[in-house]
Amino acid sequence: MFYIYCPYCGEHREEEEFHPKGQAHLARPENPDECTDEEWGNYLYFRDNPRGIHHEIWVHAIGCRKFFNVTRDTQTYEIKESYRMGATPEVTHANDPLS
Amino acid sequence: MTQTNRLNTGGRIDRSQPVTFQFNGQSYQGYRGDTLASALLANGVDVVGRSFKYSRPRGIVAAGAEEPNAVFQLGATEATQVPNVRATQQDIFDGLVAQPTSGWPNLNFDFMGTFSKVFGRMLPPGFYYKTFMFPQAAWETYEKYIRKAAGLGRSPRVKDADTYDHMNQHTDVLIVGAGPTGLAAALSAARAGARVILADEQAEMGGSLLATRDQLDGQAAADWVKATLDELAGYDHVQLLPRSTVNGYHDHNFLTIHQRRTDHLADKAPDNISRQRLHRVRAKWVLLATGAHERPLVYGNNDVPGCMVASAVSTYINQYAVAPGRRLVLMTSNDYAYRTAFDWQDAGREVVAIVDSRHDVSGRYQEEARRRGIKLLLGQGVIEARGNKRVDGAVVAQLDPTGDKVVGGGRVLDCDTIATSGGWSPALHLSCHTGSRPVWDDEVIGFVPGKTVQQQLVAGAVAGTFTLNECLKEGAQKGAEAAALAGFPSQAVKTPSTEHWPEAKPMALFCVPHKKRNSRAPKQFVDFQTDVTAAAIELATREGFESIEHVKRYTAMGFGTDQGKLGNINGMAIAAKSMNKTIPETGTTIFRPNYTPVTFGAIAGRHCRDLFDPMRYSAMHEWHVKQGAEFEDVGQWKRPWYFPKPGETMQQALDRECLATRESVGILDASTLGKIDIQGKDAREFLGRVYTNAWAKLPVGKCRYGLMCHEDGMVFDDGVTSCMGENHFVMTTTTGGAAGVLEWLEFYHQTEWPEMEVYMNTVTDHWATMTIAGPNARKLLSELTDDINLDRDSFKFMDWRQGTVAGVPARVFRISFTGELSYEINVQANYGLHVWEKLFEHGAKYNLTPYGTETMHILRAEKGFIIAGQDTDGSVHPYDLGMSWAVKEDKPYSFIGKRGMKREDCVRDYRKQLVGLKTKDPSIVLPEGAQAVDDPNHPIPVPMLGHITSSYYSANLGRSIALGVVKGGHDRMGETVYYPLTDGRVVEAEICSTIFLDPKGERQNV
Amino acid sequence: MSEVINKTVDEATQVAIMDQCPTADVPARSPLAHQDQSSKVAPQNPGVFLWEDALKTHLVLRGDANNADFRQGIEAATGLDLPEALQSTQSDDWALGWIAPDEWLLTGPGDQAFAMETTLRKHLSGHYAVINVSGGQTLVRLAGPEARSVLMKSCPYDVHDRNFPIGKIVNTVLAKSQATIRRLGENDWELVVRRSFADYIWRWLMDASGEYGLHLGQPDAATAARQSNPSRANPVEG
Ligand SMILES: [Zn+2]
Repeated sequence: MFYIYCPYCGEHREEEEFHPKGQAHLARPENPDECTDEEWGNYLYFRDNPRGIHHEIWVHAIGCRKFFNVTRDTQTYEIKESYRMGATPEVTHANDPLS
Repeated sequence: MTQTNRLNTGGRIDRSQPVTFQFNGQSYQGYRGDTLASALLANGVDVVGRSFKYSRPRGIVAAGAEEPNAVFQLGATEATQVPNVRATQQDIFDGLVAQPTSGWPNLNFDFMGTFSKVFGRMLPPGFYYKTFMFPQAAWETYEKYIRKAAGLGRSPRVKDADTYDHMNQHTDVLIVGAGPTGLAAALSAARAGARVILADEQAEMGGSLLATRDQLDGQAAADWVKATLDELAGYDHVQLLPRSTVNGYHDHNFLTIHQRRTDHLADKAPDNISRQRLHRVRAKWVLLATGAHERPLVYGNNDVPGCMVASAVSTYINQYAVAPGRRLVLMTSNDYAYRTAFDWQDAGREVVAIVDSRHDVSGRYQEEARRRGIKLLLGQGVIEARGNKRVDGAVVAQLDPTGDKVVGGGRVLDCDTIATSGGWSPALHLSCHTGSRPVWDDEVIGFVPGKTVQQQLVAGAVAGTFTLNECLKEGAQKGAEAAALAGFPSQAVKTPSTEHWPEAKPMALFCVPHKKRNSRAPKQFVDFQTDVTAAAIELATREGFESIEHVKRYTAMGFGTDQGKLGNINGMAIAAKSMNKTIPETGTTIFRPNYTPVTFGAIAGRHCRDLFDPMRYSAMHEWHVKQGAEFEDVGQWKRPWYFPKPGETMQQALDRECLATRESVGILDASTLGKIDIQGKDAREFLGRVYTNAWAKLPVGKCRYGLMCHEDGMVFDDGVTSCMGENHFVMTTTTGGAAGVLEWLEFYHQTEWPEMEVYMNTVTDHWATMTIAGPNARKLLSELTDDINLDRDSFKFMDWRQGTVAGVPARVFRISFTGELSYEINVQANYGLHVWEKLFEHGAKYNLTPYGTETMHILRAEKGFIIAGQDTDGSVHPYDLGMSWAVKEDKPYSFIGKRGMKREDCVRDYRKQLVGLKTKDPSIVLPEGAQAVDDPNHPIPVPMLGHITSSYYSANLGRSIALGVVKGGHDRMGETVYYPLTDGRVVEAEICSTIFLDPKGERQNV
Repeated sequence: MSEVINKTVDEATQVAIMDQCPTADVPARSPLAHQDQSSKVAPQNPGVFLWEDALKTHLVLRGDANNADFRQGIEAATGLDLPEALQSTQSDDWALGWIAPDEWLLTGPGDQAFAMETTLRKHLSGHYAVINVSGGQTLVRLAGPEARSVLMKSCPYDVHDRNFPIGKIVNTVLAKSQATIRRLGENDWELVVRRSFADYIWRWLMDASGEYGLHLGQPDAATAARQSNPSRANPVEG
């Protein structure tokens, strides 16, 4: 059971209040119609599965209904930070395109 | 029977309060303050169970959670049965009934005993895998008997008479264990003002201080315990939880505590009080002061009743005034255990000898033993116990200085009790739960908690700090540290101290060697609960199981409900030795939640029976109940399924509801449909992006049906959305999809299109929605409204109007899910029941007939309307459904699902497509899920074409109808497919249009 | 486009508006109207009081808290300051609670929904929304010295004094549903619950209150005075 900081409520809340929504920082392609099947398939289906730092989206479903990002260590389950939509993470891993 | 082993003085029991209880069908007496274990020992009960594999008689060996043998089934009635209760943790009360769980059919003769005698030594490790797993199908039969014989307890066969509940807790500091360390820590943290929870699994807090004869600052230790508890109880911000086992340490400092609230009071909890409570604790900081478990030494026949852990013997004497025998042989590899011999002697019993495995040892403890005239046998060990149902002798032999082998011939000491100590193993279970790997400490001769990512501190014996003075000091200091880390700067409290006797270096001894090799020696038990012997562990390593995790699984060591609290370290040491490795090289297994067994009741809490899951009701629910509706669960909603009249079968009720609706008028409670209010200047554009069809030109006052797809192009929800104002829409969703759709819309708004000016809110519960459908719907509605022009040319199909219905402001939508003339009346839910009842007042003359979800399904299927989630399953796009009319491809924004539908696989031929199906025999209703094939005689594997998604008997058509997906189905109209059923029948069906009734849609345009 | 519809659209926002309360004498049924809400035999010294504060106005307000016009508009229309995160503001009749950075809940007298909505629209401009949800939710009130214990049994959120001062408002899990919880006084709590879940939540709260002595209904003056005494000793842990 995680204890997750909601950057909009400004508090830690129990995991029961949240829904996980998968990998963060995946932008919908500007022009989907111009994507090849492969490009579209990559956007649609392919996700990172790192051992360690992972940026992911959560929604404060039973709370303020806001989506936000979390940086989590998939090995220890430590949550390193929560940050709002549109912000960049402060904790990144070595090959992180976000660093 | 009398309490033959009860001492006349001392202990913390109340001799003025005798308690009568039953064990194994016999009545016994103990005192208030006794545990079941201490009371049984007081009564001289030696055998409390039979062992798991070899069915050997077993007695009580420990005094706490680590007890492996005295694990009982409790309960005076069938409804109050509780399995897996440790006698060492259960207080006695008048009327308590306990049964041994092992030894079926009884303690003196049992199945497994005979079995293992007949099959001799055929029970090696891996025995179950090797013997019972083949043939695999027979395992279920074997397992039933093995479980029964092995004594794993049973659940009650009737409804539990008690309730259980949960309590959510938040605290600055959670201290686990209220021994000297935990108490000192609690004082520091509490005085700092931090919120503190102090939990301890025993009935009384104080831990080892309750059983020690050490004095603190010249006072009885128990006095300090009392003063400390009194102070703690006086703080508002401190919660004391006795009889509460911290069972699990989960992510982010979430811990579960299993509190036995009334198990000590009576067989059943008082009314209104939960028997047990699960505390769900979120702690800023956790301090583990869980202490340590004394390790027994492993030797031959070390499971004969009367073989005990040394400190347990002292606990029974000092805390419970029970001396569990007459003549004691104490075997130890350390000084501390000498105290047990002293306690025994001071209780007026005979100490036959102290057998110390160390050769050269002299110090305060040895001096004291000599002063007391106790025989001291140095450099020796008890290599074997004698006796069957009770120890009657100990075979003692000279050991070499390393304790590896016997060097001198044995002699037998006459005794009835053998207490042993191989040192102490820190109780680091909770630390392991966090994923922390234990670390071997040579000085401690045991594993101590390793690094953790949790906000966790450790203090006292669990950290390898064993002396009382140091435990108190360390507790006070770590308690202050925990409080400070949680934001309450503080100082360690000053702790009392006791006279400390210096201790000589202990010896790392685990298994006492026998004259014979372990494989030939009398059984040397490592894990009592799973009957794992030293020889079995050696065999496992010889068979190639070198990883300690594999040894564990192969031998079942540590798999009992005690999780190997007593035996694991000994087992690892034996495994390491037989592989010529050190213990840290071999490594350790780790412990998982729960620390001790937790009842299912405590886990379920109040989430059971009629509170198991929310039941959502519409504003008209009471009416449905009164009408005798049968209900169907749709998500958490209770929706009327059908409304049977007295004596009607379900099919008769459905036929009547279907016919009445198409002949006159029916009414459906549609309140459960999801409704999302969408406002803002970008609302229209937003809809265009999330629906597959066009929204740009939908005028105010109009409604439109829409399909919603995921990015992969597959349909996941549908519904009608109405234009309320230029910048205002109300979207409807499926009943089950409501919350998911709103979250989906918010996801896109918040993460992809935050610039769009749109606000979305659920109004599902705000509106009561009733659908009247049928040729007389307009006539009925006209009787209840005078401000809505119902004229067919004014209020057209797919229009909505605002007005008053039955005196209540309403929004009326002329939409239809039945193909009939139909109005969906929405009023604020507080007035829903009123309008519903008014409709019936006026509807009687039209035979207004309430119908439920099943008739709704039939009527819509007659018209070929899909149900998202029934006729779609996440692999069906709008074209597969034949709904290309609901896709507008040339919208400027590439709406969600558009690109997905164009993927290679989505545009290929021969996809499964939704079609209608008519069985050749009109009376056969195909089962939903039935698989279509072209040739039922095709050899297996038969190519599968698709399956039935919806299937009903239609009274209106006088035949069965079905919808289903068939590969390439849209191009196969009129062709025949076959449905082989599980009962052997093969049903022939013709592929047809999905619209079975009124293909031109004339009925709704009247 | 019919006349009826034109008249019901707010000019500035192009959003449909509607007085949803009947003018005629029509009985309203609150979400908990079917529950017996008065104790026939009240316990001697109840630890918990439970009642429904039924048929109130519930308006959801959406807007930009950083927009001064929006803040002032809300203040002008309601007489209440727009509360900060997890806070609420309160007048005699109305309460305004924070739900999300762009969402608030305004509750007040049941017959005032349309009047208040109209007033709000008069004072607000730009991108905002007012949604009448009066039929979709109700207020459940929980009071008494053990009210907090009942909440602890029901919610994972920390309701301790130090974390939940009077005036705070939190939307969180309640049993297997959810509630917006506001603390009105020392032992006085308000739960906003959705209509369809109200029966389940009511039954849950009744059950959770059982061990403390439950009085269905509001405390009268005398019991309210007694109630300020500290909590009774628990029969089990005491
Ligand atoms: Zn939040």
